[in-house]
Amino acid sequence: MYRILRKTLKTGVLTEKAPTSSDAALEALGIEVKRLVDKRFNGSLAIREVDAGSCNACELEIHALNNPYYDVERFGIHFVASPRHADILLVTGPVSRHMETALLRTWEATPAPKWVIACGDCACDGGLFGRDNYATRGGVEAVLPVDLYIPGCPPAPVELMMGLLNLFNAAD
Amino acid sequence: MGRFDWLSEYLAQLEDEHVLVRRGSAQRLAPAHVLEIDAEDWGRAARQASLLEYRWCGLWGDEHEDHIRVYACLEHAGDYVVLQTAVDADTPVLPSHVPSYPIADRPERHAQDMLGLVFSDSPDERRWTRHQAWPESSYPLRADFHLPADQGGQPAPADGGYPFQHIKGEGVCEIPVGPVHAGIIEPGHFRFHAVGEEILSLEQRLGYVHKGIEKAAQGRDAAALVRLAGRVSGDSTVAHAWAACQSLERAVGCRVDRRAQQLRGLLCERERVANHLGDIGAICNDVGFAFALYQCSRLRENWLRRNQELFGHRLLMDLLLPGGVAVDLDTRARESLKQDHQRLMEETNELFDILLDQPSLEDRLLNTGVLRPATARALGCTGYVGKASGQAFDLRASNPYPPYDRQPMKTVCLADGDVMARVQLRMEEIRRSLEWMDELLDALEPGELQCRWQPPQAPCEGLGFVESWRGEIITYVRLDAGGKVARFFPRDPSWHTWPALERIVMGNIVPDFPVCNKSVNGSYSGQDL
Ligand code: SF4
Repeated sequence: MYRILRKTLKTGVLTEKAPTSSDAALEALGIEVKRLVDKRFNGSLAIREVDAGSCNACELEIHALNNPYYDVERFGIHFVASPRHADILLVTGPVSRHMETALLRTWEATPAPKWVIACGDCACDGGLFGRDNYATRGGVEAVLPVDLYIPGCPPAPVELMMGLLNLFNAAD
Repeated sequence: MGRFDWLSEYLAQLEDEHVLVRRGSAQRLAPAHVLEIDAEDWGRAARQASLLEYRWCGLWGDEHEDHIRVYACLEHAGDYVVLQTAVDADTPVLPSHVPSYPIADRPERHAQDMLGLVFSDSPDERRWTRHQAWPESSYPLRADFHLPADQGGQPAPADGGYPFQHIKGEGVCEIPVGPVHAGIIEPGHFRFHAVGEEILSLEQRLGYVHKGIEKAAQGRDAAALVRLAGRVSGDSTVAHAWAACQSLERAVGCRVDRRAQQLRGLLCERERVANHLGDIGAICNDVGFAFALYQCSRLRENWLRRNQELFGHRLLMDLLLPGGVAVDLDTRARESLKQDHQRLMEETNELFDILLDQPSLEDRLLNTGVLRPATARALGCTGYVGKASGQAFDLRASNPYPPYDRQPMKTVCLADGDVMARVQLRMEEIRRSLEWMDELLDALEPGELQCRWQPPQAPCEGLGFVESWRGEIITYVRLDAGGKVARFFPRDPSWHTWPALERIVMGNIVPDFPVCNKSVNGSYSGQDL
């Protein structure tokens, strides 16, 4: 136990004021996200992530949002297990047709008001897997109304945060 | 023993069994040795291989005008033999390998769904990759495939009628999980049978992230294929791109400069370290030890940021090209990398020492999720799943390709086969990768980053073999006369470790499933294709 405490103290607080300290515009990003989560979502925003055919790299970067550097929980953003608790569906992948019904059911289970984010190039327009593909829908918008597109292959954690901010601003 | 010393024994056995080898070739799919046999001998050839305890490591078909070629890959002592046969496109029937190699079950069902192959004596004819998105009688990898017009527009229904196996009995509960799981992970369906908390059986149903990669590859050029290969399983983007590059380069006879090979090795080991760090933290977190998660994800994030600074992509996507690599390292970057390595070595030494000294962690990971060596062997598991269960095979040492040929990797093998062994194996691999990368940086040779890529003049084919962090990747590519892809089949190691998970969880309790699962960490995308 003592060694854990020592290591924790030695590591110190890593969480960055903003996603990267080099860019002044990004300095404000975290604060702005928090302000809008407080205002629009009463301080708590729940996201259900749905992999609809991703290559899994988008998931890796979404995961990174919870590491000590980005730590989006501190802005009141939670990734939830049940769509019934979700405000936002964060969808990755070109929507494989084998996931289509599951995605639709997840969306139906999400209470309104709700927003859909297409996360990554695949989710935006089919990406490298193409649109003319027997196995996919070539993007989320073919299946669900999309409120926001976050391109990137995969989008980096900072881009994901900026994307969220754009959504809040649009919803504001 | 020299390479392929064992082959004569196999050939003698085949002869005894009256299996006629019509043609053999050491060049066509080098470094593998191809044996062409008749379809009727397909099952017997597998049987002899299984008696000699060769590892079965993959199957794929390839449609040519009026026939379908079928390939199966076997490994022994680090060498590969590819059995090849042909069946008529109208009656594509051949014996199954499943009676000799149960692990051939899913690959055969994949070939059945994608190409219409019929494995006459297979004990399991259920669909695997196909759900309800296309009709049973049409096969996406056949040239005449098209979606019925009315199917294209409708949402594909869920595959609710899939015939799972059922266990009945007093107190037996059936627990369906997925495809959408709690958490930020890939989709798949798990069907548990449990008595109380104890798992009697697990049956997996995958295929949810099937995105038609094999078909989508067709008609692309070499560069586009390598980008696509980098998305077969995004967490292994370097390794899959590398395997695709190898097969392309062997197909057209393109020699890659040593410097480019060294840089590929560096990138692939960086990918290994990043994934091992992330998973070690996540495994500990699955038993409630959040300290490890935060420390490991911190180290991983530092590592990814350095990827971005030095190579322009956090996950190292699109850095390999046919014939070479897209990035270089200058002297300053090399020095800074060595400092990184030293820092990470110190940090992980301290951190892993703490982790391995936690009685509560030991309590949860030791003897949990045991994969016995005999089972690992039968399933042909590679990577940390195989290596933690006594299967020493690691391509980097068993059949070293450049740069491992001249700069050997000291690989690790443990015997216990539990979650703890898989964790410890990955801890040790991080250390060895760091040491290896240091040596590599000192030995980096001057040279070209990319040789000129010249599309072939005639149809050609090649095989790639790469050791990813998850295990052995085997990739087959065939190019047409115009240099466009005619067939692409990437065999991710997950084809072998997913079935291992079914065995691993038996007798464990349901609440330990997440940690067992994470310790195996099969790729859904890599197997669903
Ligand atoms: S956008 Fe790129 S990283 Fe994300 S799932 Fe698609 S291919 Fe993978």
